[in-house]
Amino acid sequence: MTIATEQTRRYGEIGERRAGTYQEYQGYNRRFSDRPQHREEGAERRARGLGWFSIGLGLAQIGAPRALARLIGIDDDEEARNTMFALGLREISSGIGILSQPRSAGWVWTRVGGDVMDLALLGKAMGAQENDRNRVAVATAAVAGVTVLDFITGQQLSKSGNGTTRFEGGRVIQPGRSTTGIHVTEAITIKRPRSEVYGFWHNFENLPRFMAHLESVEVLDDKRSRWKAKAPAGASVEWEAEIVEDRPNELIAWRSLPDSSIPNLGTVRFREAPGNRGTEVLVALRYDPPGGKLGALIAKLFGEEPEQQVKGDLRRFKQVMEIGEIVHSDASIHRGTHSAQPPENLNDVELLGMTGSPQGVRS
Amino acid sequence: MKANCWMGKKKVQIQEVPDPKILNSQDAIVRITSTAICGSDLHLYNGFIPTMERGDILGHEFMGEVVEVGRNVKNLKIGDRVVVPFPISCGVCAACEAGMFSLCENSNPNAWIAEKLLGHSPAGVYGYSHMLGGFAGGQAEFARVPFADVGPLKVPEDLTDEQVLFLSDIFPTGYMGAEMCDIQPGDVVAVWGAGPVGLFAVASAYLLGAERVIAIDRFKYRLQLAKDRAGASDVVNYEELNVQDALLELTGGRGPDKCIDAVGMEAHGHGVTYAYDRAKQALMLESDRPIALREAILACRNGGVVSVIGVYGGFIDKFPMGAILNRSLTIRAGQCHVHRYMRPLLERIQKGEIDPSFVITHRLPLDQAPKGFDMFLNKEDGCEKVVLSAN
Repeated sequence: MTIATEQTRRYGEIGERRAGTYQEYQGYNRRFSDRPQHREEGAERRARGLGWFSIGLGLAQIGAPRALARLIGIDDDEEARNTMFALGLREISSGIGILSQPRSAGWVWTRVGGDVMDLALLGKAMGAQENDRNRVAVATAAVAGVTVLDFITGQQLSKSGNGTTRFEGGRVIQPGRSTTGIHVTEAITIKRPRSEVYGFWHNFENLPRFMAHLESVEVLDDKRSRWKAKAPAGASVEWEAEIVEDRPNELIAWRSLPDSSIPNLGTVRFREAPGNRGTEVLVALRYDPPGGKLGALIAKLFGEEPEQQVKGDLRRFKQVMEIGEIVHSDASIHRGTHSAQPPENLNDVELLGMTGSPQGVRS
Repeated sequence: MKANCWMGKKKVQIQEVPDPKILNSQDAIVRITSTAICGSDLHLYNGFIPTMERGDILGHEFMGEVVEVGRNVKNLKIGDRVVVPFPISCGVCAACEAGMFSLCENSNPNAWIAEKLLGHSPAGVYGYSHMLGGFAGGQAEFARVPFADVGPLKVPEDLTDEQVLFLSDIFPTGYMGAEMCDIQPGDVVAVWGAGPVGLFAVASAYLLGAERVIAIDRFKYRLQLAKDRAGASDVVNYEELNVQDALLELTGGRGPDKCIDAVGMEAHGHGVTYAYDRAKQALMLESDRPIALREAILACRNGGVVSVIGVYGGFIDKFPMGAILNRSLTIRAGQCHVHRYMRPLLERIQKGEIDPSFVITHRLPLDQAPKGFDMFLNKEDGCEKVVLSAN
């Protein structure tokens, strides 16, 4: 019992610390972003309201078609009741869709479609002799109002990345701070002291040794540095970055300077691993790839998954820290797929981490 | 150099390939004298392990002479005669430090592929798919051996290749299978599969104090080897007997105290469930056929241990979790942490407690590796273990 309580307490702490990490990252992220966060939250809340409204209306249409027909001023015949039943089903499915799906934007748009259908039906009802035109007009105005609300909500949710909520690394990540940004969080544990791990990373000129896509980093002064990276299809990109926060042995946060070809920001945190297991390194970063969404898609076609890239970089960082160099296999030293055979010519292959300073931190 | 290359399903070929080179400072190059075909190579041969590529050099059981060392190799020198363990292990990460060498955190450059299938990545392995690193294997004239100070074991001159070659994999694997059983005095151990690993599991169970060991297979010659050479007290041919009934009779209705699955993902069987598993595997609805494993779980006595050393690659169906929970069974499994067994098992060989060469039935030159694969797969000519001599 004591053990369980102790463990629960410790996990609780880790959870809180994690949340802290994420909030800090989001803090940097928000400063980076021009889109105020509260607007999206408002849209999400409104979408939920619309979802419940759909369900309520749908239940009324199915359960009390006569009362509803009278309310909106149409004659209560069999055709009207059948129509009402179908509309009720549509409303309920829209409502359930909005409330249950992580991608509520699409379902809000089904409401907009339904509104248009309702307006058409009401227009037709307006022309029919047997209906109470005043009541139909009031109903039409009400539906038109709801249509505007649906449209605005749908638009806001769509802009904010479909309102998708992802779970990553145990933390909830709600994209939507930007329309094109790529967010990545990855973590690895390295069996070396925190000061050593932090120190190696902090010397940015070390980074190209284990970051496969970096060609070089030039430190300009104690805040600014110039970065050069490989882009898909043999191109390369350059940008300047600045340190926005630096807490020794704990955290480094950076962002690219305005007008960078790849706007990016990120944090790397260094945390004591429990049980004397060294240092937990947690990277959270965001960048806008050149060419926006299309560029990101093209990069993926070239096999460059952002999460995989960052995880690969962290794994090589661990190798450099723990064994002093990057481990190669017969297949891994080639770009693209290659059979596991020794290379014909060592000059033809890419031996990351073998050039430059061959000695690692451990000899 | 010449090397045995995987060229597609059921096709291996001797090819002329470039000689290996030092790629890392702790590498050594070994001129191979003896190498073997492993039962797990047949899973590659049959196309059941994903991420193989045409031209991959096979082989993870090999030994030979050191001919070149990287600048950070301290314990080996040119001319040393070594056996190489099949997992590639850095020796300094948390897993290696804990003795879990087949879980080395630094030796698989393609860890991301393994993570997609397995959640986390195990160590790199010679000649065993790109998911496990894309390292060239040892069915060749030469091999590059990373972390040469950590893996290779120097072997005394008075022992022959055949006596020590199997320290690379199958002897330690069989031994770990028995060790995971936590054998107590009086224990009856049942071993599914009387291939080379199964035979070493039988022999190791006795080394660790088992009272009786029962071997289960369908090939008479293999059961004969289990009885005559590995010392099994009883054998069960599942083509002739119902395994559950036979085990109940042999154990007075209790079931074996400890069960070892030395079969793995391509198990054979009979009846509806076998047809079901074959069909699901053919349709890619399950990757592995766990027939022996299911049988071992159901046979094991209440509170017993099921130790899994047969190779599984992905997912299985109809796993009898109810039996495990309700009967307090312990399941233990793992790719062998070969490094930690090499030295103690070498000592047992030196003391004459065991001569691992008893499993060998065929000796071929490296050139004839494709023939060896074919014989081993089809169990032709009483094939139990093929050793290839190179150089």
